[in-house]
Amino acid sequence: MNPSNQMSIPSEAPSHPLIDMLNLNRFIFCPGCLIGTVITSITSCLKERGLTSKDYAIVSGIGCTGRSSGCFKAPAFHTTHGRAIPFATGLKLANPKLKVIVLSGDGDLFAIGGNHFIHAARRNIELTVLCINNNIYGMTGGQVAPTTQIGDITQTTPYGNVEPPFNLVSLAAAAGSTYVARWPGYDTLRLQKSIFKCIDNEGFSFIEVLAPCFVQYGSKNKLGDAVEMLEWLKKQVKIKVDWTPHQATFDFKKGIIICGEFVDEKREGYSKKIEQVRIEVQYKKIKNKDSKEEYD
Amino acid sequence: MSNAKIQEKRILTSGNAACAEGAITAGCLYFAGYPITPSSEIAAYMAKRLPQVNGTFIQMEDELASITSCFGASYAGKKAMTATSGPGLSLMAESIGLGVMLEAPAVIITVMRGGPSTGQPTNASQSDVYQTRYASHGDYEIIVLAPSTVQEMYDLTIRAFNLSEKYRIPVIVAADGILGQMMEVVNLHTNIELIERKKPQVPPEDYKPFESFDDDLVPGMAIAGTNYSFYVTGLTHDIEGNPQMTPEAAETLIKRLCDKIKIARPQINDWEEKHLDDAETVILAYGINARGVPEVVKQARQEGFKVGYVRLKTLWPFPDELMERIAQMGASKVIVCEMNNGMIIREVQRFRHLFTVSGITIPTTIPFSPKFIYERLLKEV
Repeated sequence: MNPSNQMSIPSEAPSHPLIDMLNLNRFIFCPGCLIGTVITSITSCLKERGLTSKDYAIVSGIGCTGRSSGCFKAPAFHTTHGRAIPFATGLKLANPKLKVIVLSGDGDLFAIGGNHFIHAARRNIELTVLCINNNIYGMTGGQVAPTTQIGDITQTTPYGNVEPPFNLVSLAAAAGSTYVARWPGYDTLRLQKSIFKCIDNEGFSFIEVLAPCFVQYGSKNKLGDAVEMLEWLKKQVKIKVDWTPHQATFDFKKGIIICGEFVDEKREGYSKKIEQVRIEVQYKKIKNKDSKEEYD
Repeated sequence: MSNAKIQEKRILTSGNAACAEGAITAGCLYFAGYPITPSSEIAAYMAKRLPQVNGTFIQMEDELASITSCFGASYAGKKAMTATSGPGLSLMAESIGLGVMLEAPAVIITVMRGGPSTGQPTNASQSDVYQTRYASHGDYEIIVLAPSTVQEMYDLTIRAFNLSEKYRIPVIVAADGILGQMMEVVNLHTNIELIERKKPQVPPEDYKPFESFDDDLVPGMAIAGTNYSFYVTGLTHDIEGNPQMTPEAAETLIKRLCDKIKIARPQINDWEEKHLDDAETVILAYGINARGVPEVVKQARQEGFKVGYVRLKTLWPFPDELMERIAQMGASKVIVCEMNNGMIIREVQRFRHLFTVSGITIPTTIPFSPKFIYERLLKEV
């Protein structure tokens, strides 16, 4: 995040079509960053579904994408680093009617919050998780992330990264996510179709959104400005239908990033299962009215 | 009350079970925890009880997740609780700060065991007194209660929910390994005053999440799933929730967060006292370690020594007014008894201008016996 690039909204600017659902004064993202595109994509989907702020909640962690929750006019929670998913878990279980959307970065969700991610996916709790992947820690100055590719230069890998990255698609699928997709952030049509599926999926849904960071990643790896980086990304993206998560290659060196939907299945969600337990327990309790077990 | 089955009733139960039943009585409908000795029975009890009362139990992947999900549940309008011991509270430190900043009510039970690190999982301790107060970074105030009996495990857990709802702050109940495991008779109450959090005092369009209208400095709390839109953040923020990085914003916010607890000290702080009217020496103790003190005082008074005692039921905010009261009542010496290397004694030492302070502070795992305290007392009086 480069503070000098903060956008200021002139008062005479034409009204934004989603003005009722967005807080434009909290868009602090660098010009050319796709985080704003993802926020408006989510908001467009919510609007099209006729959902209002009493129907959903937005949760984010820390980092550039962490600041995105503030852009929504809704119950929005900017939590601690890595803990967006646990916070969202509490919200969802305490009010299962809410559509809970987690919006956070690759470092937040897969380094410091990695454990929460895999367990939420394993439970198949009804959350929509969007990971805005810029392959680097942007806010803190461009350090190596669990998604940084081998050989890449970052602030903390000045001689080139030696760690292999996570493939977020296969990780999410292996952990039990019932919807998994990967899209470039500029492809808002496909992204929005995916977001609709996430909102409808009664289980754990995950979308990896590619959003290159020209300020930190591009400058250190000589990939050019925002537009040049988008062109660079576009050349590598190959959209495939019905490919498995194992085939979801993500490799800047080979110039191949496979995008598409990789998992889309129906499995009963966690809050539904908890509700079933409640019903069974309470039915038994009515049957055995003088249960002696109550305080043991 | 959602559960009509609870009636005034005497039962024989463990401290951990009494604590969990207290939570149910207080209206707790969400529990998230992670197994840890010697607190695990609280989670086990809640796993069984919560589905009966339409609540939700979840065993999370760690303590970081447990406490954070409680704040999520709190912002969805449910009373939420987690239970742990020292090592787990260490992991919760980060989110305790989040709870303070988001002003999210929740109750944390810590059943203290020996430390540092893994320490002595099956033993009791009072060595986490500072941890409960200073776990998270930053300037903040917190409320910590110290039960001494299984009955108080029940009563103070209910009180913890009430304080937490009233002041919109995480409240910690600091029990210990013995108290959690031991069994005593408990009176389960029917007529208990339950406090619910302050609701938004203005319509949605005028609502600012951190604007307080009352003298208690506590803002009305909107929850998700209603017509209220709001943004809450762990960043320093203004009354609208906007992140603010100015020195003025830091001062305004932190002062209010601390002051809402400081000004409420007379309502929050609670203790038991005896013989302060004529005592020259006062024994100060709390928690499991206070249980032998009344016998010591009785014995000493029979021998003609003017001894009294105070037992703290709230550790934090520290009851400064009690220290002033001890001095006003004429005592010239305070002896602090605690099962650690000296924690509460440092708070008492702030009042050395009022009386002399000495301590029996031992990082042991068993409460001090009356005989032991009495022998030490004889050297002091």
